[in-house]
Amino acid sequence: MTTDRAAEPAEPRGGFVKPAGPAEPLGGRVEPAGPAHPTEPHGPAHPTEPHGPDRAPGDVIERRLHPVTPLRRAWAPVAVVIGWAVHDPDGAQRHLTRLTTTTLLIGLAVIVPAAALYGFCSWWFTHFAVTGTDLRIRTGLVFRRTAHIRLERIQAVDVTQPLLARVAGVAKLRLDVIGTDKKDELAFLGADEARALRAELLARAAGFAPETAHEVGEAPSRQLLRVPPGVLAMSLVLTGATWGSLAAALVVPPVLWLATHSLWTVLAVALPLLGAAGASSVGRFVTEYDWTVGESPDGLRIDHGLLDRAHETVPPGRVQTVRIVEPLLWRRRGWVRVELDVAGSSNSVLLPVAPREIAEEVVARVLPGVMVPDRTALAPSPRRARWCVPLWWRGYGLAVTDAVFAARSGLLRRSLALVPHAKVQSVRMTQGPWERARGLADVSVDTGAGKTVTARLRDATEARDLLSAQAERSRTGRRDARPDRWMS
Amino acid sequence: METGSPHAAGATGADGATGPEGAAGAEETAGAERASGPEGAAEPAWIALPPGLLRMRRLLLVVWLGLVTLAAGLVPGLLAGPVWALFALPPLALAVWGWVMTERNWRSWRYAERADDLLISRGVLWREETVVPYGRMQLVEVTSGPVERHFGLASVQLHTAAAATDATIPGLDPAEAERLRDRLTELGEARSAGL
Repeated sequence: MTTDRAAEPAEPRGGFVKPAGPAEPLGGRVEPAGPAHPTEPHGPAHPTEPHGPDRAPGDVIERRLHPVTPLRRAWAPVAVVIGWAVHDPDGAQRHLTRLTTTTLLIGLAVIVPAAALYGFCSWWFTHFAVTGTDLRIRTGLVFRRTAHIRLERIQAVDVTQPLLARVAGVAKLRLDVIGTDKKDELAFLGADEARALRAELLARAAGFAPETAHEVGEAPSRQLLRVPPGVLAMSLVLTGATWGSLAAALVVPPVLWLATHSLWTVLAVALPLLGAAGASSVGRFVTEYDWTVGESPDGLRIDHGLLDRAHETVPPGRVQTVRIVEPLLWRRRGWVRVELDVAGSSNSVLLPVAPREIAEEVVARVLPGVMVPDRTALAPSPRRARWCVPLWWRGYGLAVTDAVFAARSGLLRRSLALVPHAKVQSVRMTQGPWERARGLADVSVDTGAGKTVTARLRDATEARDLLSAQAERSRTGRRDARPDRWMS
Repeated sequence: METGSPHAAGATGADGATGPEGAAGAEETAGAERASGPEGAAEPAWIALPPGLLRMRRLLLVVWLGLVTLAAGLVPGLLAGPVWALFALPPLALAVWGWVMTERNWRSWRYAERADDLLISRGVLWREETVVPYGRMQLVEVTSGPVERHFGLASVQLHTAAAATDATIPGLDPAEAERLRDRLTELGEARSAGL
């Protein structure tokens, strides 16, 4: 926290890279021209910089991961041995009695150095470097692999700490970019180093000059909301899925036992059911414990977890869709769950549980200039829709404002999906034979996060107007969207 | 693309006001029939598919169902008696029904290049109309399989960042497919926008 980016906008402005081209960054098909590579002219200007042995040709300082990294796969051989012992207990016992001290020592003398060598090599040959435009990861001893991740395309940055990593004081850093796979995460870094690197990556992605980027420090964060553990526990108690999976886990195995009297069948069915029940109750509580949402100039901060801590950052303008879900049993308390979609990101929860008014305030922060349309603003489907979808047609509703396309669905578990017009990739109108007979049609908008939001059973003429109007809004909505480098 | 976009956008008519001109240019080059007159931006100039696709699909239908009909008629007919040759009737009926349906489906396919987006409309019973703004296109693909090549056909497929976008135009003339690809790429670059 060296410089307060938000409070002193005039000070760091001197260090901004002024792009010579148009301010709005364009599609990823063509590499950006000169000004997007500020490191190259910057290199020769600073000949006094230390030249370490780890220097790549392009004047980029390469770094290694934390030395504890080789141990991250240390559990794998142990797991294999345990798995074998569990699978074949008699054989394991027989082998154990035959094991003499000498064979054991020889085995250890071979396996331990080999494993250590492998771990050391995989750590030694993994490098990463931050340049002006991308994060480069170079790895592999035999099969070389180099990944360049473009910083301006960052959709989200996550720093996660699994339980053991917390004990060791290390953390994982992952950049969500469309098309990256799991290999492109940096695991593990020192906890402080991970935070510093995240701040630097975000500063560079935001458009700060490379010379100042590592001094900018972490942008100040303002807490928007913290979910109390009691409310979270209550919300899980009031969730049907929790009870459903618990009931299944308690009812199915006895019934199966009565029917088959086969211990293995019962175990094979009961264990996954118990696992699912645990994951949907205790597992969710542990993951969503201490859920904190904050706001900073770098975007949205989401911190959560009881054992495994996760810190996510979603830069401004990356949210593709927001869904406000209202389960039946939460309605009396006025609670809602808010989910969001970011392209390339696995996480989809913004708020596990929150009162509706607060949730709407948070949504207004996430999607600037968006007001969540209230129930009366949503136009219901025409009455003849009941011939297509009996009863549930009442759940459908649609509101199109200047900023968003909002479609509601569900009768018991209401869900309202919001798509900013700037995020719409294509618009579709579909009409089945049954719908055409009633003069109805569906309108879908596709977003970059692979999600489609559908307004079902609209009047056919209305749907046709909507189709052309929505395409127009999708085009114009982009004009006043913020640039990819949000601080420039 | 990044540096030259304002000029390129101006030249090709970035504003919606110049709508009919862009579509009019497409009309001249496309030799196919049109469903509606060039009235203006309200009713786009639809372009139908050339008859090659219909010929190809009908031929494939006749070849495959013809083989099935023969097998269904001959095998039981020779083994169990002439009455059992009636098993050939269902595949034959299917072939006749398919013959009609292929044409209806082929007729339903049409597309229109508007000033700022591409429209694709298809389907007889389940109708679907897709609008893809040019700025959202990430990739335009022209594909042509061996059978399609034999009939002188090619397909154009549009990809956006959304996986759900299903914008394919099958059975185009290869020259028209390439013209469309080049034009879409050009328009896409001029109007390109991020995610």
